Amino acid sequence: MGVIFNHLPIWGEAISNTLILFFGGGVLALILGTIVGAARVSPIPIARAVGTVYVNTVRNTPLTLVFFFFAFGYPQLGLPAFNFLYLGILALGLYTATYVAEVLRSGINTVPVGQAEAARAIGLPFSQVMGYVVLPQAFRSVVPPLMSVFIALLKNTTVAAGFSVAELGRIRAVMSERGENALVVLLWVAVIFVALVLLLSWLQRTLENRWRIAR
Amino acid sequence: MTSVLYDVPGPRAVLRNRLIGVATILVILGLIGFVVYRFAVTGQFSAEKWYVFSFSAVWVQIAEATGRTLAAFAAAGVLAIVLGFVLAIGRLSDHAWVRVPVTAVVEVFRAIPVLVLMLLMYYGLPVVGINVEVYWAVVIPLMVYNGSVLSEVLRAGVEALPRGQGEAAYAIGLRKSGVMAFVLLPQAVRSMLPVIIAQLVVTLKDTALGFIITYPELLAFAKLIGSQGTYGRPILQAGIVAAIIYIGLCLLLSGIAKWVELRLRSSPRVIAAAAAVAPLQREGGTNTQLIVAQREDDVQRQDDQGA
Repeated sequence: MGVIFNHLPIWGEAISNTLILFFGGGVLALILGTIVGAARVSPIPIARAVGTVYVNTVRNTPLTLVFFFFAFGYPQLGLPAFNFLYLGILALGLYTATYVAEVLRSGINTVPVGQAEAARAIGLPFSQVMGYVVLPQAFRSVVPPLMSVFIALLKNTTVAAGFSVAELGRIRAVMSERGENALVVLLWVAVIFVALVLLLSWLQRTLENRWRIAR
Repeated sequence: MTSVLYDVPGPRAVLRNRLIGVATILVILGLIGFVVYRFAVTGQFSAEKWYVFSFSAVWVQIAEATGRTLAAFAAAGVLAIVLGFVLAIGRLSDHAWVRVPVTAVVEVFRAIPVLVLMLLMYYGLPVVGINVEVYWAVVIPLMVYNGSVLSEVLRAGVEALPRGQGEAAYAIGLRKSGVMAFVLLPQAVRSMLPVIIAQLVVTLKDTALGFIITYPELLAFAKLIGSQGTYGRPILQAGIVAAIIYIGLCLLLSGIAKWVELRLRSSPRVIAAAAAVAPLQREGGTNTQLIVAQREDDVQRQDDQGA
C-alpha cells in the first residue's frame, strides 16, 4: 500500500490523465463516429465511399502507429506545438471513431426493415426516417456494443504511455526512478484497470437492462 | 438494410445529393490538401528526406524488421488459438471447480490492457529475478489476451449450436470429450472462423505495442531510421513506409476473413449459427451481448420451426 500512499500526487496525476484521455477521446470518437456512421448509410454514394475508406484504413492500422504519427510526425509539420496529452486525445478519438461508426451502422441494421419501410410509406424523408423512427430504436441496441468500444478505449489509453503522456501506463517509469518496486506498481495499475473495466461492465449491464427493447 | 432507409431519389433529391456529395469532396480535399501543403512547406517531399530509402540495405533491414513483427504475430497467434481452445473447454466444463477459476482468469485477462501485461513481463518480473526475453514479453501477453478473447468466441460458437447436436452425440454413446471433439467444436470453429481471423488481425495490430517495450519490430525500425540525422531525420517518411506495410498486412488478413465469411455464408449449415456471430464482430464483445444474441437466435429458431 505504501507504493500508493507515499506517492499520492503521482497516482492522482496518472489517473486523471488516463481519465482525460478516456473522456476526451470518447467524446471526439462519438462525434466523429456518428458523422462517419451517418455517412456510411446515407443516400450519397461519395459520402458512403469516404466513410468506407476511412473505416477500413484506420481499423487496419495499429493504434501505436496512429500515435507514432501524432507524437513524432505532427511536430515535423511546423504547426503550433500541442501538449502530447491533446495529441493523444486526437489519436485515440480518430482511432475509436471507426469502431463507433461500425457499431452505429450495425445498430441501424438491427432495426427491422419494416420499420423504415413503414416510415417511408407514410412519406417521411431520409432525415425523418432516421430521426424519428430508426435511430431511436437503433440507439437502444447500440448501447451494449458501444460500451464495449469504450472499454477498449479505456484500455487503449495506456498506449499513450509510450509517447510521454504521464498516465497510468507511464507511472512505472516515474516510480522506478524513486526506487519503488516496478512489479508492485504494475500490479496496482492492473488492479486499477480491472476495477475500472468492471465498473464500465456494470454500467453496460445496467443500461442494457434499462433500455432493453421488448420485441 | 441501408437501401430501404430512403426512397429512390427524384430530381430534387438527386440535385441535393449531388450538392452534398460535392461538399463532402471539397471538405475531404481541403483536409488532404492542408496536410499535403504542410508536407510541402516543411520540405517533407524533398529528395533528401527520402534518400535513405534508395539503399537496398535499408530495405533488407525493413524486411527483417517486418519479419520480427510477423515472428511475434505467428507465435502469438498460434499460442492464442491453443490457449483459446483450452480456456473455452475449461469454461464449458461441467465441474464448477474448473469452470469458475477459468472464468475468473478469462475475465481478468480481458480487462487488463495488453500493454500493461507487456510492461509487467518486461519491467516487472525482473524484480523477482525472472528475466524475460523481449520477444516473449511481446508474445506471452498477446497470447494471454487474445487467447481469452478467442475462448469467449469459441464458447459462444458452441453455445449457439442447436441443442440437438450435443443431445444426439450423447445419444449415440459418445462421452463428453467425444461430444466436444467430434461434434460441437468442429462446428463452432467452422461458424466462428471469420471472427477468429478478425481476432488474429487484432493480434497482428497489437504486435506494434512491442515498440513501446523496445522489441525491435517494424515500428521501432521506422523510429530508428527516422532519427538518423545524416539523412535529415525522415521520421514521417519512415512512418508512411511502416504504415503501408502494416495496413497491407492487416488488409490481407481482413480480406481472408471476409473471403472465408462469404464462403461460409453460402453454406446452409452455418446460417443458423450466424446470428450469434454478429455482436462478436466488434473488438471485445461481452458476455451479455452473447447472451442477448443467443436469446435472439433461439427466438428466431422457434419462429422458423413455427413457420
